[in-house]
Amino acid sequence: MSAQTAWAVVALCAVVTAFIKGVGPFALGGRELPPWFGGVVVLLAPALLAALVVTQALADGDRLAVGADTAGVAAAGLVLWRGASILVAVAVAAVVTAAARAAGV
Amino acid sequence: MTAEQRRAWRAGLRAGAPVAVAAGLLALSFGVLAREAGMPSLAVAAFSVIVFAGSAQFAAIAILGQGAGVGAAVAAAAMMNSRFLPMGVALAPSLPGGPWKRALQGQAVVDASWAMAADGKGGFDRHYLFGLTAVQYVAWVLGTVLGVLWGDLLGDPEALGLDAVYPAFFLALLFEELRARRAARGVAAAGALIALVLVPIAPPGVPVLAAALAALVGLRDRRTA
Repeated sequence: MSAQTAWAVVALCAVVTAFIKGVGPFALGGRELPPWFGGVVVLLAPALLAALVVTQALADGDRLAVGADTAGVAAAGLVLWRGASILVAVAVAAVVTAAARAAGV
Repeated sequence: MTAEQRRAWRAGLRAGAPVAVAAGLLALSFGVLAREAGMPSLAVAAFSVIVFAGSAQFAAIAILGQGAGVGAAVAAAAMMNSRFLPMGVALAPSLPGGPWKRALQGQAVVDASWAMAADGKGGFDRHYLFGLTAVQYVAWVLGTVLGVLWGDLLGDPEALGLDAVYPAFFLALLFEELRARRAARGVAAAGALIALVLVPIAPPGVPVLAAALAALVGLRDRRTA
């Protein structure tokens, strides 16, 4: 890519990202919570986190794909379920993924 | 800042440290990949310094690497970032000040900080959020610079399993949500299903945004919320 292309992407991504992150607080803050608002907000995190996990662990671009990283994230899920800390889970995910990849998965 | 706000900020810095380790590792691989895609070193560093949105940066690099133009790369990054729209809306009532000041504070939203700063009742502790994000920001920028400068010594980030670091981290945050409230289970399952169904047919990023719709079942509980 040309330097010009690279810098244009960086500058435009900065503007677009700032807009996306800022537009909600800009338009909606400084007022009372409607009663239903809190009920939706507390459920946004599980919905978005679950979607982030599956799109990163079970997809490769626009196709569904099971790979070494799927095994790593599944292993992390197992140790988390057994009560492991976040750092242990992350380390298990990386090690299992690396091992599976080394084994040719 | 009041003493209490300072405490929240410091607690955020501490709680953000493990996330920052993950962010730093991912940034390392971003630096390597961006250099491999042919982006000038200074532009790679600037990308992390002024954009600071991991998945969007990876998406833009991947699209550019396929030979696409500026418009396609920026559109991919925007789609990837679209999940920050509902996050920003959720955060808005917890931010004081005028619209511009709130928009500025909204820049501190990244996935992990947003999820961790939620108080479980629909509100957010903004100073805790700022602390969480600050430590991740430093790690993100440092990791990128290290990846750009010494990425050759690191080898292939995928061989080290670094691509599994973030999904594992999000899974850990998800477990905390599931333990905190029963209703989260069905919502998480629905969000995952929506995302998976959309992956083959929607542009990258949209599946995660659409998964936010699963949270609307919270409307059902409005009388108890």
